Amino acid sequence: MLKLENVSFKVDVDGRNLEIIDNVNIEVPDGAFTVITGPNGGGKSTLARLIMGIEKPTSGRILYNDIDITNLSVTERAKLGIGYAFQQPPRFKGLTVRRLLSLAAGSELPVDECCGYLTSVGLCSKDYLNREMDNSLSGGEAKRIEIATLMARKLGLAIFDEPEAGIDLWSFSMLVESFKAMSKGSHNSVIIISHQERIMQLADEMVIIADGKVRDKGPKERIFPQLMGEFSENCGFRGKED
Amino acid sequence: MDKIDSNLLESIADLHEIPAGAYNIRKNGEGFSRRSTANIEIVTKTDKPGIDIIVAPGTKNESIHIPVIITEAGINDLVYNDFYIGDDADVVIVAGCGIHNSGDEKSQHDGIHSFHIGKNARIKYVEKHYGEGDGKGERILNPVTYVEQDENSVCEMEMVQIKGVDSTVRDTKAHLAAGARLIMTERLLTHGNQYARSDMEVYLDGENASSQIISRSVAKDNSKQIFHPNAIGNAKCRAHVTCDSIIMDDATVSSIPAITANSADAQIVHEAAIGRINNDQLIKLMTFGMNEEEAEEVIIQGFLK
Repeated sequence: MLKLENVSFKVDVDGRNLEIIDNVNIEVPDGAFTVITGPNGGGKSTLARLIMGIEKPTSGRILYNDIDITNLSVTERAKLGIGYAFQQPPRFKGLTVRRLLSLAAGSELPVDECCGYLTSVGLCSKDYLNREMDNSLSGGEAKRIEIATLMARKLGLAIFDEPEAGIDLWSFSMLVESFKAMSKGSHNSVIIISHQERIMQLADEMVIIADGKVRDKGPKERIFPQLMGEFSENCGFRGKED
Repeated sequence: MDKIDSNLLESIADLHEIPAGAYNIRKNGEGFSRRSTANIEIVTKTDKPGIDIIVAPGTKNESIHIPVIITEAGINDLVYNDFYIGDDADVVIVAGCGIHNSGDEKSQHDGIHSFHIGKNARIKYVEKHYGEGDGKGERILNPVTYVEQDENSVCEMEMVQIKGVDSTVRDTKAHLAAGARLIMTERLLTHGNQYARSDMEVYLDGENASSQIISRSVAKDNSKQIFHPNAIGNAKCRAHVTCDSIIMDDATVSSIPAITANSADAQIVHEAAIGRINNDQLIKLMTFGMNEEEAEEVIIQGFLK
């Protein structure tokens, strides 16, 4: 179980104190598939980075399986079983896709297993295993490999930051299937930041973040229809995060 | 062969024992052991120190190992190795120099290599430099390489210096005839107060000659690196020069790729980049459970692979 207690994150911009995350309280139950959504610039990605430890809250506590992880490093949180897929995955010159997946898994992976992960993100595996994870990959390809690196791990909590961004419609369906399978198996809990209806439909729980605050949270059955109503009134809500 | 010898040989030539095929092992400035084969003849020079390596035309899938090891301090070894590769041959050449210096005097090896590569021949040349030993004596390697490629030949050269060499000045020149292709890859890691400089001139003299020059380096601590590759197009040709460096600590890297076209049909491109390890790269690997040092090591290893 992941628990955020009164978590705030402020930054100084030109002497002004900006509240990116403002007193957020969330509980992510074990075994649940949680989708965090909300308008662009609302603080969703920051929230994910706070959970992974890439940013540290200016106040509040983060608990994971009853351990206070607020001051733990990224490495320590990773060792506790938390994983994170970047919205914009970093590139590595010279590192092959196979090596990256093996590093993720923590041991040299057999070809078959690598291929399985790549196939589940819609990549024809034999073309990619020995490709380098460098700038020769398109944004969508890099993004799918990034998602595969989380599939190669057995995590207590997997966080995906807008996995759909940059992915074409054809691969997207496949990805939704993979997330569906994931919600039933490999990782214990999954948090996905997403604007996509089809991903939201997979959710058990939903959280809406706007202006750094939790605007609403609860079971999908309640939140999702509410959001859909809002979409039809205000189309500007949907869109790609910068 | 003692333990130091075999360790050096393994580091520079991946050799665990005496290699198959032709070889010449040089130790502390003298020939140590040698084998010629039916198609590959290794002959001692009579006018200066060194050997001629003569590969008969049409020789296929054979290898030549010519490692040099220095295990004593105060050695200043200068050697000339001339390769004559017959037409249509296809061979792999593994060279390299390992220095174990536990004394206080410097040890130096200057290998002057020339390659005469016949028509349609193909070679793959791998050269590794490695230094070890806890003495104060410097370990110095100054290789000079001259390549002459005949029509439609292919030369793939890989020069690697990863550890323990205090000072290197590398000088490389190549001339390519029509249809010849040269792929030159240099991989370098310097640390401590090491110094490395590499000057390269690749002349694309014949029609449709092509070349790719790739330099990848990591500079740590107070080390200093200078790269100066120059691709010169004298005919309709293609060349691509890339210098890519990771800089760390208080190191200095200077990349000066140059391109020269003496023909309107020459297509030559260069790219150069120097930068730190990007923070997102480190974080990504840390989300796999590595600490910062481990992540850095993985990034450097991949980059220099």
